[in-house]
Amino acid sequence: MTALRALLVRDMRIALRVGGGAMMGVLFFLTVVTLMPFAIGPDLELLRRIGPAILWIGALLASLLALDRLFAADHDDGSLDLILMGRLPIELAVAAKGLAHWLTTGLPLVIAAPVLGLFLNLEPAAIGAVALTLLVGTPALTFTGLIGAALATALRRGGLLLPVLVLPLTVPVLIFGVAASNAAVVGPVPFGTPFTILCALTLASLVVGPFAAGATLRQGME
Amino acid sequence: MEFCYIIDVLNKTKRRAAFDRPAGGHVGTAMDLIGRDLACVRGQREIFAGLDFRVGQGEALILLGPNGAGKSSLLRLIAGLVRPTEGLVALEGGDPELTVPEQAHYLGHQDALKPSLTVAENLGFWIDVLDGERAAMAEALTAVALDEIADLPAGYLSAGQRRRLSIARLVAVERPVWLLDEPTSALDAASQERLAALMTAHLAGGGLLLAATHGPLGLAGTRELRLGGRA
Repeated sequence: MTALRALLVRDMRIALRVGGGAMMGVLFFLTVVTLMPFAIGPDLELLRRIGPAILWIGALLASLLALDRLFAADHDDGSLDLILMGRLPIELAVAAKGLAHWLTTGLPLVIAAPVLGLFLNLEPAAIGAVALTLLVGTPALTFTGLIGAALATALRRGGLLLPVLVLPLTVPVLIFGVAASNAAVVGPVPFGTPFTILCALTLASLVVGPFAAGATLRQGME
Repeated sequence: MEFCYIIDVLNKTKRRAAFDRPAGGHVGTAMDLIGRDLACVRGQREIFAGLDFRVGQGEALILLGPNGAGKSSLLRLIAGLVRPTEGLVALEGGDPELTVPEQAHYLGHQDALKPSLTVAENLGFWIDVLDGERAAMAEALTAVALDEIADLPAGYLSAGQRRRLSIARLVAVERPVWLLDEPTSALDAASQERLAALMTAHLAGGGLLLAATHGPLGLAGTRELRLGGRA
């Protein structure tokens, strides 16, 4: 337990200090969402209708932004060797790193989403729905991304490999996240149906992500 | 959370078992690190094959050989970071509940430090991850003469100081097996002497070590294992 807490605290400290990636995600999110109205034009009705989708796409891209260095940094400085040798199962270590990443990158996106929702002329109900679906859905993005981060490290390819691998896997999360947000405002399905499926997707990714990423890292150290 | 709880309980039982053991040295009985018929293939090139070794308690085995002879590969293999193509590594007389890597310290080429964390935070992190006691930190930092800059971010350290901070990990957490890859690199004369003293104390306390090196380590009565470089 001490080892898990230590890993969590260390990763959060690194992310929050100067040069860490915690604020980059939110800034990227802000940039993407503010660019959209410039591209679409000043049609407030249209913005209101596609607002939830814009917020979800922005959050999806922002949450994958800093993920490729998650294991690569530990691999490059030799930390990963020692973590793999340790008594802590690698799956739990991976989960702790994923949680730290979500707390420093995913959670700020959830907090920023209501403010950015105002930019897009969303109603209070829609803002609440988007924030809630992002709160539930962003962990799924991070923990699915763990697999890509581990693969990028194992194959020693950084950068674009991760989004190319991970973005297709996040399609279900995106579909049900946006569907639930829209359902809360316009219907016709009740909010609960897509939202429950979104919760299920998140729970599944919390389990599958660490195990798949752990196995990848163990194989990749060869 | 329940899963974590179970692991926590397991670890505590393990630690208690360690306390129940007779005092003196790491384990009550004699301990031998053995490698039998080891073969290692990296990138379709056979680095070594049919390699046997045995290191007893209080012994140091120095790995010698030209670049590419497989010194680092052998250490990484014992550390469980490279799987042997053939053969096995075992710690006879060690803790039967733990694997060899879990009872070993590995000091590789990289220092495993984060530049944005302070000296004390870096060491404290490894003490926690390696199941050590935080109380040992001050002593370990003094042992490598870094106690005065414990609050400095590791990014400001020189290569030698980073190496010393990395070595502090071995002092702070007790492990019977030390696997050292070029431990003296970047160290000045005084630090090399300090490292030699730490290694001597480790051996006197019933530990054992394997070190890959090109220069002298300053240890008395070591055995050598020469790995042949094949072109």
